[in-house]
Amino acid sequence: MMFAIGLLLTCQLAGESLTRLFGWPVPGPVLGLIFLFVLLLVRDRVQSDAKPIATTPLNEVCAFLLANLSLMFVPAGVGIVQEWSTLQRDGAALIIALVVSTALALSVTAIVFQILAARFSPEREG
Amino acid sequence: MKPISELWVYLAAEPLLWLTTTLIAYVIADRISAFFNRAPLANPVLIAVAIVLVLLKLTGTAYPVYFTGAQFVHFLLGPATVALALPLYTHRKIVMRALIPIAGALLAGAITAMVSAVGIAKLLGVSGASLIALAPKSVTAAIAMGIARELGGDPSLTATLVIATGIIGAVLLTPLMRLIRVKDPRAIGFAAGTASHGIGTARAFQLGSLEGAFAGIALGLSGLLTALLVPLLFRVLSF
Repeated sequence: MMFAIGLLLTCQLAGESLTRLFGWPVPGPVLGLIFLFVLLLVRDRVQSDAKPIATTPLNEVCAFLLANLSLMFVPAGVGIVQEWSTLQRDGAALIIALVVSTALALSVTAIVFQILAARFSPEREG
Repeated sequence: MKPISELWVYLAAEPLLWLTTTLIAYVIADRISAFFNRAPLANPVLIAVAIVLVLLKLTGTAYPVYFTGAQFVHFLLGPATVALALPLYTHRKIVMRALIPIAGALLAGAITAMVSAVGIAKLLGVSGASLIALAPKSVTAAIAMGIARELGGDPSLTATLVIATGIIGAVLLTPLMRLIRVKDPRAIGFAAGTASHGIGTARAFQLGSLEGAFAGIALGLSGLLTALLVPLLFRVLSF
């Protein structure tokens, strides 16, 4: 369990350090995600008799974090109070822009995905 | 017994109170969300934020004081983002087969999110820093704030718009997908991550692990693409 937590933090630390060192516009944790993914692929190659990942503590820790992803947005969400004045000034316009644009973005993404998937990669093989 | 005001002096100075409050508010919000069968409007982020806001108002607590406790929860966003590697790994074969839809939907979705937000707000009379703050609203806060800062927008306003977009997207996701008749879990997850970043991804994980995996991919990719495209958009519009 501790190894799994240490591994997650190490990947994040490596990501944060590299993006800062080279001034990349990628957030450190996203780079850390790529590192962990590559490590898992390497593990497959090197250790052919490795335990399936679903039975490891790493899977347990990751599943726990992702199942409670909503929790982690609460502090930032509460931060909205700080911006109350700006939101009230342009309030209605900003909110309309947010709602309409988010609905459009959701629809366009899903529809384009579905059209391309039907043509190039159907849900089930064969 | 000591006066209650003395207890408050201790509680107000320590992170314990607001850390506990954040956790309990989330547990209550999650129960409510489960009670309503994860109905779109019973969004756990929305409910938990509302509970905390009321408590801060009642106790007259300022946000920086609240954040000294809440920062420990906020910190977990980093490791949780790294943890997205796991569903990506588990579903890697399905992901590899969907590279063309991923690339196409990413491009279309990221551009739509950016252009439509700025366009609609401009039509409604929004200008200047608020307009710049709006462009990166669909991507994860860390990237969005960096983009806004670079273009002379207001990073903290951007953060607020990002959170609001996340909640809006999470609430709209399932009703909208039913309306436009999209059933493919890959498409639904990918749309959630592209249009409403981490909060959309959290919603996608409520629907299923495959939805979550595709939301996670979209979250990372759309962040990168938007970081490249927003400066271009503002150069084209020559603000």
